[in-house]
Amino acid sequence: MGMITGILLPIVTAISLANVKWKGITTVLTVIAIACFSSILAIGPLTGTDFEYIYNGSLITGKIALRMDALSGLFILIINFTFLTGAFYGFQYMKAHRNQKANLSIHCISFVLLHISLVSICSLQNSIVFLTAWEVMALSSFMLIIFEHAKRDTLNAGINFLIQSHVCIMFLMLGFIWIALKTNSYDFKAITVYSSSNSLLAGFALFFCFFIGFAIKAGFVPFHTWLPYAHPAAPSHVSGVMSGVIIKIGIYGILRMLLLIKTDYLVTGYVILFISIITGIYGVMLAIIQHNLKRLLAYHSIENIGIIGIGIGLGCIGIEKENNVLTFLGFAGAMLHTLNHSLFKSLLFYGAGNVYQATHTMDIEKLGGIGKQMSHTAFLFLIASLAICGLPPFNGFVSEFLVYNGMFTGLHSFDKALLSWLVCGLFGLALIGGLAMFCFTKAFGLVFLGTPRHHFHDTPKEAGIGKLIPMYAVVLLIISIGLFPKIFITALSKPVALFTHNAGNKLPAANIPAGEALSMIGLCAAVFFLLAGLIYLVRKKLILNKPVDYNKTWGCGYTGSQEKMQYTASSFVRAYRKLAEPLLSIRKKKKEIKEVFPMDGIQETHPYDKVEEWLIDYPLQLLKGFFNRFTFLQNGNLQFYILYGVVFISLVLGVPFLADYIKSLIGFLNKL
Amino acid sequence: MISFVLIILTGFFFSGIIIRTKSITSGRKGPGIFQPMKDVIRLFKKAAVYSKTTSFIFQIAPSIYFASVIMAIMIIPLGEYKGIISFEGDFVFFAYVLGVGRFFIIISALDTGSSFEGMGASREALFSMFAEPAFFILMGSLALLTGHTSFHEIFASLHFGSYISYILGVLATFVLIMITMIENSRMPIDDPKTHLELTMIHEVMILDNSGLDLGMILHATNLKFAMYGALIANLFMGNFPLYLTIPIFFGMQIFFAIVVGLLESFTARFRMNHNAQYILALSSVSLLIFLGVLLMLGKFS
Repeated sequence: MGMITGILLPIVTAISLANVKWKGITTVLTVIAIACFSSILAIGPLTGTDFEYIYNGSLITGKIALRMDALSGLFILIINFTFLTGAFYGFQYMKAHRNQKANLSIHCISFVLLHISLVSICSLQNSIVFLTAWEVMALSSFMLIIFEHAKRDTLNAGINFLIQSHVCIMFLMLGFIWIALKTNSYDFKAITVYSSSNSLLAGFALFFCFFIGFAIKAGFVPFHTWLPYAHPAAPSHVSGVMSGVIIKIGIYGILRMLLLIKTDYLVTGYVILFISIITGIYGVMLAIIQHNLKRLLAYHSIENIGIIGIGIGLGCIGIEKENNVLTFLGFAGAMLHTLNHSLFKSLLFYGAGNVYQATHTMDIEKLGGIGKQMSHTAFLFLIASLAICGLPPFNGFVSEFLVYNGMFTGLHSFDKALLSWLVCGLFGLALIGGLAMFCFTKAFGLVFLGTPRHHFHDTPKEAGIGKLIPMYAVVLLIISIGLFPKIFITALSKPVALFTHNAGNKLPAANIPAGEALSMIGLCAAVFFLLAGLIYLVRKKLILNKPVDYNKTWGCGYTGSQEKMQYTASSFVRAYRKLAEPLLSIRKKKKEIKEVFPMDGIQETHPYDKVEEWLIDYPLQLLKGFFNRFTFLQNGNLQFYILYGVVFISLVLGVPFLADYIKSLIGFLNKL
Repeated sequence: MISFVLIILTGFFFSGIIIRTKSITSGRKGPGIFQPMKDVIRLFKKAAVYSKTTSFIFQIAPSIYFASVIMAIMIIPLGEYKGIISFEGDFVFFAYVLGVGRFFIIISALDTGSSFEGMGASREALFSMFAEPAFFILMGSLALLTGHTSFHEIFASLHFGSYISYILGVLATFVLIMITMIENSRMPIDDPKTHLELTMIHEVMILDNSGLDLGMILHATNLKFAMYGALIANLFMGNFPLYLTIPIFFGMQIFFAIVVGLLESFTARFRMNHNAQYILALSSVSLLIFLGVLLMLGKFS
């Protein structure tokens, strides 16, 4: 503890005392230092040499175990990369807010704290310290979200996040207290000891206690409701980091608990698979109808968590069926998608940040045609969109391919229950892929292409080079995973091996399932790149000598201004909305155009979340209704309040007295 | 390799046969079967007009669309002869690489900022999305039936023996034909001959393309037809020797083209706002195939 305080205190003072420019630089340097330090520690475990250090701790916590296995290593590396790009991007992004000095200090300190807490969550294995780190994470992300706290929406979103984070902590605490009560130990190893010496049911209940806790953080439906508020409210680099790694810490937790708790993996797998398919489809279904770009991206994170979950579910089923290929493909798909999603989602949020700072709006209906002024941002956003739709030759395809491959492998196991689940999974995953494409053609096409739908006071300008460099760094990684998937899967083989070893029979280390297919994918991706490039070059050569004419877009004879005639975000999704309406909850306001000389007509649609309606709003309403019955107590009369005080004091004094009296009376009666 | 060449060759006359069939059924003589190809070549020679609204997307999209179709064709096998690309789970790549092309053609439609092309983009995105699950469940069923997960191995080991398998073959053909129609935006999903933009899907997306770009898009459609035709032909090819498979291949392609022509002559387009339901219903046919496979494998005993 002393060590951590010793490091933290100078940084915190440095950040708060420095002038505005140096605040940012100090933060970036600190993040780099933490990232370097923890990455060096993490690389060892990822290549197979686990790291363990038992810290003596205090009387309360007992011995604090600092353990890093391959899983921690992987997540620490993912966290570090996203934080590095986030810090560099954020440094430039926050330049717009340099007048808010105090606010900026808190922001920078929270960012550093968040990074430290996330890294510690991945490495600490003592429940009390783990929960402390978890709480630090929750609070620092709360501080990061409410940076623009002057806006009412931001504050609401922050408080929503804070409450739900604590519901999540409550579940985790419940699980840890359970273990501590039964085994009298705070070490994570006690969880394994407890679950393997007790009935399956106990292990199952324990797992789901933790699962709900971590699922709130990860954003599984129906625990996702905080996510679509928190992401749009936060500054873009924070949303990128949040969507990239904070929700992934929930995935880390679930994977960790799967390793620790010995339970019936089959049932667990089916439950996770079921929740994940629902999560995936529901997330993207809602993402499509969002007209706030960042909210759209936030809902899309839920979808991706669903895909990761499908991988985890398949892996669990594989463990119980002793089908190592299925286990490998499931978990490798899930982990690779975790990495992939942290890349393209952070990139998308940074892109959205560029758009926001250029136009000061996130409303897709008002955006349009800014690809011409912001060509770099448009290009980066396009790459990320393609990657997130799981299209080759980018990284998203590799992880989705692994999950698909896992499903087709599972088909050979000839198990009736499994088969029916797999068909649902196939249906779900294919539908998710199609819906994601619908969603991102909308997001990219309507924001960056076409003619502007709104006249901004200042013409949107391309973001500075400082913002673009971290974004290009992410793109580099996205493309390299797409082109050389086998290298990355080989790097993942150690964390995945933790699970395949769990199953008992080992998988030969050199032999990666679907390895041949993976190298083929890389090759095909490269061929596709080259082919498209070649065709484009040939085309360019062919049209070189021909006269090129530029003219207006064809308007079917209509020659007036076309910007109001363009397809809007609402009209793009209208057919879909009509179709999905029974499943979604959309509030509409409509005033139709009537008569020969119409005055005005309006049409508004406000998408809302049906799960939130039923799971959060309805119970809250009931609760409010119940408490409203007691409003007569709060009547505003001072006399009454004094009376309540008097009643309370007399009750406090009187009840014990009365109890004593009754007791002695009973004693007296007994004597008689 | 052989399948690649054959499909490219078929692409030259496939649409011609459809058009010819349609002309004959409507009592006209009609153009020769190479007319669509001649049109494409004529377009290749033409100069282009670009909209002032468009950006780089509009320039690169047709090339990428064309490349994606070529890439997909490389995966298709011919009986027991592998395609140029063949690996475990290659049909996932097949579906997704076509997705790349679709993505680009959709955003290039949005790039023009037109009031019509967005409509086509929206419809294309919506309808193709609903066709995806049907394809994956179909391929999943075939993978389950044969125990393999690549196009080549599936088709090489697909044997029709029992009554159920014939029914499955018919259903699979039906699903593939419908997917072809959706992918190529033909009847009964879309009417390529309609003259009203409001009722178009694919045609309305490429209103602003001209010259070489338009030629590439049109020829990609021809190739796509031939590609799906090859997939259907593969269902019935088995492991015959080459001197049998090539005639079967061309026979199936011509038959398929005539069927498409007849279908377009004698059916009406679905109501646009009900299209999505029809397409999603295709997944249930796929599911039927899956159940049939389970029945064949004796899973219900």
